[in-house]
Parts: sequence; C-alpha cells; structure tokens
Amino acid sequence: MSIVTVQLGQCGNQIGFEVFDALYTDSHCPQGLCSKRENEAYQASCKERFFSEEENGVPVARAVLVDMEPKVTNQTLSKAAQSGRWKYGQHSCFCQKQGSGNNWAYGYSVHGPRHEESIMNLIQKEVEKCDSLSGFFIIMSMAGGTGSGLGAFVTQNLQDQYSNSLKMNQIIWPYGTGEVIVQNYNSILTLSHLYRSSDALLVHENDALHKICAKLMNIKQISFSDINQVLAHQLGSVFQPTYSVEGSCHYRRNPLGIDWQVRPPLSGLPTLGKASLNRGLHFNMSIANLVILRGKDVHSADLGGFKDSALYTSWLEPINAFNVWKTQRAFSKYEKSAALVSNSQFLLKPLDTIVGKAWNMFASKAYIHQYTKFGIEEEDFLDSFTLLEQVVASYCNV
Amino acid sequence: MPRSTRVVGDGGSISKGKICSLKARAVLIDMEEGVVNEILQGPLRDVFDSKQLITDISGSGNNWAVGHKVFGSLYQEQILEKLRKSAEHCDCLQCFFIIHSMGGGTGSGLGTFLLKLLEDEFPEVYRFVTSVYPSGEDDVITSPYNSILAMKELNEHADCVLPIDNQSLFDIISKIDLMVNSGKLGTTIKPKSLVTSSAGAVKKRHQKPFDAMNNIVANLLLNLTSSARFEGSLNMDLNEISMNLVPFPQLHYLVSSLTPLYTLADVNIPTRRLDQMFSDAFSKDHQLIRADPKHSLYLACALMVRGNVQVSDLRRNIERLKPSLQFVSWNQEGWKTSLCSVPPVGHSHSLLALANNTCVKPTFMELKERFMRLYKKKAHLHHYLQIEGMEESSFMEAVSSLSGLIEEYNQLDATKSMPVEDFPRLSIAV
Repeated sequence: MSIVTVQLGQCGNQIGFEVFDALYTDSHCPQGLCSKRENEAYQASCKERFFSEEENGVPVARAVLVDMEPKVTNQTLSKAAQSGRWKYGQHSCFCQKQGSGNNWAYGYSVHGPRHEESIMNLIQKEVEKCDSLSGFFIIMSMAGGTGSGLGAFVTQNLQDQYSNSLKMNQIIWPYGTGEVIVQNYNSILTLSHLYRSSDALLVHENDALHKICAKLMNIKQISFSDINQVLAHQLGSVFQPTYSVEGSCHYRRNPLGIDWQVRPPLSGLPTLGKASLNRGLHFNMSIANLVILRGKDVHSADLGGFKDSALYTSWLEPINAFNVWKTQRAFSKYEKSAALVSNSQFLLKPLDTIVGKAWNMFASKAYIHQYTKFGIEEEDFLDSFTLLEQVVASYCNV
Repeated sequence: MPRSTRVVGDGGSISKGKICSLKARAVLIDMEEGVVNEILQGPLRDVFDSKQLITDISGSGNNWAVGHKVFGSLYQEQILEKLRKSAEHCDCLQCFFIIHSMGGGTGSGLGTFLLKLLEDEFPEVYRFVTSVYPSGEDDVITSPYNSILAMKELNEHADCVLPIDNQSLFDIISKIDLMVNSGKLGTTIKPKSLVTSSAGAVKKRHQKPFDAMNNIVANLLLNLTSSARFEGSLNMDLNEISMNLVPFPQLHYLVSSLTPLYTLADVNIPTRRLDQMFSDAFSKDHQLIRADPKHSLYLACALMVRGNVQVSDLRRNIERLKPSLQFVSWNQEGWKTSLCSVPPVGHSHSLLALANNTCVKPTFMELKERFMRLYKKKAHLHHYLQIEGMEESSFMEAVSSLSGLIEEYNQLDATKSMPVEDFPRLSIAV
C-alpha cells in the first residue's frame, strides 16, 4: 500500500525532503535490533509505501513537488539527487516564477484554477506508479500563500478525484510571533477549507518544535533545518511500518492507519515520549490516542496510563479510543522509541488564539483589500470564522 | 533622474572580467542629457542598453507641470514602446522599480506620469517607488509644489513607496567617513566594501557626496531583492512586501533602515554583535529618512536578514526589541521576516528593516506647511498655471489628497494610548 506525498510551497518542500531522508535513513539502518529477515521485510514495506524503483537502482520518492517560484524546488531536487541515496522523479516537479505573495486568495483563486490540470496530472502519474494506493500525504504551511491557499485547493481536488483514498494534511502552525503578518488570515482560511475536504490534519507547531530544539536537544543557533529534522524524525516514527497484529511478521497494510471511529477533525503530535497527565483545570481530554512503540522490550511496555478512562471523553470507552502499535524493529538509532498521535484538546488553545487574533484584525478590516482583490470576499472570511468557532466549541465540550 | 527598472537580469557572459552580455532591465529617462551621458561614458556603459533611453535637451525647469503635462504627452508613445520592449524580454514580469526625486520637475512630474502609465498598461505588475524627498534646506524653491503634486500621484498609483531624504543619507555617509578616518575601526574596515569603495567619499567639504549617498540607496534595493535573487531558509518575494506591509491601500509609505553601514572583517561574528545589528536597525542613525518610529505607532514591520543568521537569532531579537516598540492594536505581532543565506559582498550578514509607521506623518505635515507658505503668496504659481491642463484646482486636489493621508495617520495615532481590547467573538450554537 503506497502513499503519495504532495509537497507545497517552501515549507512543504523543505520538510518533504527531510521526511524522505529520515524514512530512507531509517529503513537502511543496519542496527535494526531484529532478525535479518524481519529487517528486510521492514525495508521492503517502507520502500513500497514511500519509494518507487528507478532503473539504475536509486529509489525515487513517491512525491510531487509544487511551488509557485523555482528556488526551493530546484534546491530540493538537487539536494536529493546529490545524496546519491534516493531522489525525486525528474518530472515530478511543478513550479512557476512569481510566487503567491503570502496571499491565500492568490494561491487558492488564481494559481489553483490556473494550474489545476498540470498539478493533478502530475499527481495522477504518481498514483499510477502505485500497485495499490493507500492515500495522500499533503505537506503545507498555513502561514504563507502557496502551501496554504494552493494546498487547500489541491486537497479539495483530491477529495473530488480520489474520494476513496485517505487524505492526511501535515500542516505547519507558524510561530506565534509573526513570520508572516497575515498568517492568521491565511491560517483560518486554510483550516476552514481543509475541514471540508481533508480526512485528518496532522499539526506541528513551529513554537513547539523550536522548544524541542532548544530545551531537549540543546541546539544553540536553531535553524529551520534543525526544526524540520525534528519534525521528520517524529513523522518517520509514525509512518514507518508496524505490525498489524501482535506477534505477526506482516507489516500493517494501511500506513495512514486511521482506525478511529470518530472523524478526527484535528490531531496533534506532541513531543516524543509520554503525554503528561495534567490534572489541573486545563485537563486535556482526548478523543483518541495512538501510541507507537519501536525497538527493545516493546511487548513488555506498560501502557496502563494510557488506558485510564479519565483521559477520555465520557462518550468513549478507552478500549475504543486507545490504540497501540508495536514493532521490534528499532527506529533510526534509537534502541527504544515511542510516538504518540493524539486527537485531543491539546490544540484548542492555539486554535482559539489564532481565531481571536484573526478576528481582531478582521474587525478593523486591515489587509482585507489584498484578499478581495483576488476574489476572497468578507463573506468567505465570515464563513471561515463561523466554522472554526464551531470546531472550538466542539472541542471545548469534549 | 527617474528611471524604471525591473528586478533581476538573466545570466550573461563574462570575458576578461567584464560582463559583456548582461543588460540592465532598465529605461533611463531625463529631460536633459548631462546625467545620462555621464552614465553612458562611465564604467557601467555596457550594462545599459543605449536604445532604452529617453532624453531631451532643455530639462523641466524644476516644474512638475512641465514634466508631467508637457513632456508626459510628448513622450508617452516612446515611453510605452520602450517599456513594452523591456517587458517582452521578461519571462515573468513581477514588478517595476521607479526611482526618482520629488522636488524637481522631471523625476517628480514625468516620473509620476510614468507611474500612471504603468498602472494602466501593466495593471497586475507591482509598482515600487523609491522617492527622494526634499530636505528642509533644499535649494529648489518650488520643491514643495512639485512634491505635493507628486504625492497625490504616489497616493493613488503606487503600491509601495520608500521615501528617502538627502539629509539622512548625508548623515550616514558622514558617520561612515568619521569612523574610517578616525581609525577607530582600524583594520576592521574592508576597503572593498560596497559602501566605502565608491569614488565618492567626501570630496570637498561643501559639496554633497552624491555618489556615496546614492550607493546607500542602491544597497537598500539590493537588500530588498536579495531574498528573491538568492536562496534562503525563509524566502521573501517582492509581492510579499506589499501584501504584509500595506494594511490599507493608501498607507503604503515605508521607512527603511539599513545595517551595517560598514563592513566587519570578522567572518565568525559572535552572537553579541549579531544582536547589535538588530538594535542598530531600530536606531535613527540607520534610517534613510528622518523620522521617529520608536515614539510613533507601528502598523507593520519587515525584517529582511542576509547571511549566516538563523530563525532562533531572529526570534530572540524580536522578543528583545518588541517591548520598546508600539504596534497598532490589531497587529500586535506585526512582524514579517525573511532569511536569505547569501550576505552582501564584504559583509557576513546584514539587515534591512522596513517599517510601516505613523512616524512619516511629520514629514508629510512639514511638506504641507512649506507648500502652504508658498501657495498663500501665490509665489511662482504662474509658471505652473501657464501650462495647459494645470489649474488652481490641481493644487487644491493635491493638498486635499495629502491632508486625507495625514488624517488617516492621525486616526491611527489616536489609538496609541487606548487599551488593547479584544473584539467580541462570534457566538455559535453548538
């Protein structure tokens, strides 16, 4: 079962590279801590999901690169090719020259329709290379113009064209203190549109990743490259193959593995390790949790804490809300590693903050003319606000 | 001297150290020949296409009306033809840079005529205007008239304006000169730095070192376009400048400050000096126009960093500087940032700050006052009114346009001392 990745904008492409690199590096890690046969099965499964075979033996990432200006995609393509270990397909890239100007409306209403055919054709070609398509992984930021606006447009198209396939969007939550001034507008427009067309939103906050680099990894001068590598590491530990049944040697067939009954509108990926149980006023209620364990002693790990019903909303039994995947094959260099994918109130506060800030700006009408210029009207903003307030309220009442 | 340039030329061939086939995407326009001729005989003569020039002989006599109405209609076709030719050479035309002065006749009058032309002919292409505003001690008597008449055009037809004044440029050059000559920096000054290498170090005491001063403006434009030209971990294109820094169409005047103004020999600059660079960008000494942003209201601010600077450096400095700056209530985190990996020649890193701040208001108010002083006496007015198409109402409309702009800044300033309150959110039935 294969996943086709769509990398959009500078952020999406920079991250995409790190993700494939992490996946490749892990799958070729000699220290698997397991039998040779098992290691080979793992490698084969990873390969099938994320890479297709090129003639001269260099694996080609199952990815489509999209950007509205050429610098980043050129860099990404050459970085991969230079590594000699894996690469992107020669014709997997679509780019233009002028960028989206951090304007969601431009990405969605101008670039989207204009380049719809070309982009969807590229994706189609990639899909055709898969024996069996599991779904799409779309990497994009919320703050800019291409990832956010064009990303929303492409996701909608994927919904229409491949309605039976799973779509998971990896969205990057910008730093609280401006990377882009209109980031809150771009974010609410992105989120409201993705809600209608995506199956799952996997969220990473730049602030959180930054903290990991600073506090857990002690990096002094933190670059976007550092941040992206942390992210890629987390994603790799979630996406790499895991057993489908305890003890079986067959790797899970559906890597995007969303078994949750509840349609998960938002899911969050906190730091590697256990989630902290904060029993204060702001207790974080979960709708669903997925723990992925890799490496030594996975079968003896005590996961009792995750099954506590106090963690979960009253209308869900822990047995339905909590899932565990285990694999003896270690991830990357780590003897033991654990990942938690959580659909909980964790992102309620950040979401609420962004909606609040966007609303304040909207109330003063600042920057609106930049959006109406390209067909996004005040009404579209109001629709987005309404939808997101509903999401906030829903999560509040969990 | 006004000219319009587009961003970025393609690769060309280089032989014997000279660039042979690179041509500037530029049109040079002047209504007298002296300056353009000097350029065509100077070291950059091969860079400019001699067919992309429009000149006349008599000049505009420091009269906006002559530049705008007389030469405008006279040269309209020629200008259009040369613009179209330049545009054809572009795979993807993104923006125009218009560089001119406000106080004279050609740059001010014909320059703003050109601006309107660009809007009509290429409506989707951004128009960035770099305008040199007249200082208080300007020697052109009619500069207030010319500036106000030009301002109306900038208000209505420019996407973004970077106002500059000669006094600030002169102060910067003097400061550099002082440091170079005092020997304080000793061997840390790199002689080949773009800022100090121009032939125009203070030649004579009483003459303005225009070459050196213009070099500062050139550096401004270089840094502005660096992220579009070079790679970086957080790119910023020119269309993003307008998107992020112009919250309302009329409020598109940006105060620029550049740092460093001299080179540092050390390549591995310890963090302390890097932070100093950020502090300097918010110091009045580094601004290209006299203004006081720290005591006025920020609507938005962009930081364009070049060199070995990472996102953590950027964030640390924003956190550090934020408390001393006042941002408008609806844009408390109004920062736009970019990281370009390639530093300018001779430096290890640099920073360009662009601020949309109400501190430009005093400049405009002063200009208006100087205008009114002249206008009340009807001084020199007949030179303008005798031009066909010019009437007293033209002046009145121009003043009115400026007054409107000043009023918008006033209203924003009034919010400065008000407490920041959140607007009540939509209430949803769950």
